[in-house]
Amino acid sequence: MADVTLTPGAGFRRGTASPVTERPAVRLALMLVAFAFLLVFLVLPLVVVFGEAFAKGWGAAAATLAEPDTLAAIRLTLMVAAIAVPLNLVFGVAAAWAIAKFEFKGKAFLITLIDLPFSVSPVISGLVYVLLFGAGSLLGPWLKAHGVEILFAVPGIVLATVFVTFPFIARELIPLMQAQGTGDEEAALSLGASGWQTFRHVTLPNIRWGLLYGVLLCNARAMGEFGAVSVVSGHIRGLTNTMPLHIEILYNEYNIAGAFAVSTLLAGLALVTLGLKSLLEYRYGDELAATGHN
Amino acid sequence: MSLAGAAGWRFSKPSVVPGFGLTLGFSLAYLTLIILIPLAALLLRSASLGWPQFWAIATDARVLHALKLSFGASLLAALVNVVFGTVVAWVLVRYRFPGRRVIDAIVDLPFALPTAVAGIALTTLYAPRGWIGAIFAPLGVKIAYTPLGIVIALVFIGLPFVVRTVQPVMEEIDREVEEAAATLGAGRAQTLLRVLLPGLAPAITTGFALAFARAVGEYGSVIFIAGNLPLKTEIAPLLIVIKLEEYNYAGATAIAAIMLAISFAMLFVINLLQSWSRRRYG
Repeated sequence: MADVTLTPGAGFRRGTASPVTERPAVRLALMLVAFAFLLVFLVLPLVVVFGEAFAKGWGAAAATLAEPDTLAAIRLTLMVAAIAVPLNLVFGVAAAWAIAKFEFKGKAFLITLIDLPFSVSPVISGLVYVLLFGAGSLLGPWLKAHGVEILFAVPGIVLATVFVTFPFIARELIPLMQAQGTGDEEAALSLGASGWQTFRHVTLPNIRWGLLYGVLLCNARAMGEFGAVSVVSGHIRGLTNTMPLHIEILYNEYNIAGAFAVSTLLAGLALVTLGLKSLLEYRYGDELAATGHN
Repeated sequence: MSLAGAAGWRFSKPSVVPGFGLTLGFSLAYLTLIILIPLAALLLRSASLGWPQFWAIATDARVLHALKLSFGASLLAALVNVVFGTVVAWVLVRYRFPGRRVIDAIVDLPFALPTAVAGIALTTLYAPRGWIGAIFAPLGVKIAYTPLGIVIALVFIGLPFVVRTVQPVMEEIDREVEEAAATLGAGRAQTLLRVLLPGLAPAITTGFALAFARAVGEYGSVIFIAGNLPLKTEIAPLLIVIKLEEYNYAGATAIAAIMLAISFAMLFVINLLQSWSRRRYG
């Protein structure tokens, strides 16, 4: 980012200002504005995470990570993602199959409903489960009488995470499978393949990179979700604390270095996710072609 | 699965591809269990409050202030993102420079970085003794623990929504349009503002709407930098959490219902604007 070379756009000739691109000075100015903005808003926060984590040396960071409460938070986060992501994966494939391979009434409305969690605040995503299972709800007394713990326990955390990450895989697959149509599947079926064989050997290879793309994004959000999980978790250390919640506790106890040490793990996950995502876009861009960017 | 009606009305078109009933049935059941029933619980609960109680909560000074702050800061942040996000998208689409792919990838950081991590990092950066906070502190400008800090966090969260919505549309722009404008004597600035910008307007509006909607509900990245003082820097999602911690379910439900109603109404209006501008500019 330090040295910036300007490659002239098409049709640019020395000495004559091209009519279809900006003057070099304008281009340089726009680039500087964009770089400065990204530096301040995106790069510096990332640098701060790693800088603060290791400010007191590697030993202090490693010590925080080795604490039993931190390890419990890491285990819980991995477990929640390991349940939530496969659930939304099965849903995503099923919904995309129904929506992309068939014509039926109310399809547009169904797609709107699938996107709904994106326009609901994470806090409200947690709140709805508190209202459904909490003390004053219809189900609350029954659950209590039967000793079923959902709120302030792992099932509640999983449900809130599933809610928040609900659309991720479906919305990657729907446009992709719509663009691919049903021709391949019809050919396989006419050659005598069963429905499952068709899906397994024809559809799945066609959508594998889009599927992976959706899983990556879904997983990143599942492991990093804070607001929704915070509402239903109860913040019991060692039991219902996920990594983001543990970061909050450490930070509020003024254990800043510790909070950033745990943050490096999640920031690392974010960087790996971005790297893999770019790699997929670069290598398999055609097979993700129908994919919207967000 | 096809429900043939008297007038030949069919729920679905016949197809040789199997699995329609199974996949649609499973999708609808899962959608109902995970999303629709919980959201219905919220609607039922707020409906059971009764109008006087609902009105009393909605017009409470602290609630009103939190709502105003949440929507106001989100509006400001989304506008900042519209300006800078469009510039970033333009630079990424039109200019070639070393490291472009890395910069392109980093734009998605707010999607991938957990909000709590972003929150504590931004707070550390903009606190009076932080790298950026220390620059502004001598000028008497406090960023962290003020509404300005909230806007900063919301700009961080919303940026990729604008860039990723505008970028693909910019890539599709036909260069001949610009050449035609230039041939007809338009200056570069005129071409950009009068020819290209109207074509980008729907995408920019969509990006604005997505960034705005996300910012209104945002919690994790904001609560650390906000300072959370009632009637000063307390956002609506935080007030929901506070009401819940006080076991004031009625209060939490009412605020949530108001937020959802305003968000959905704004998205609806923006959808209308978008389809209008699509008709207008093609």
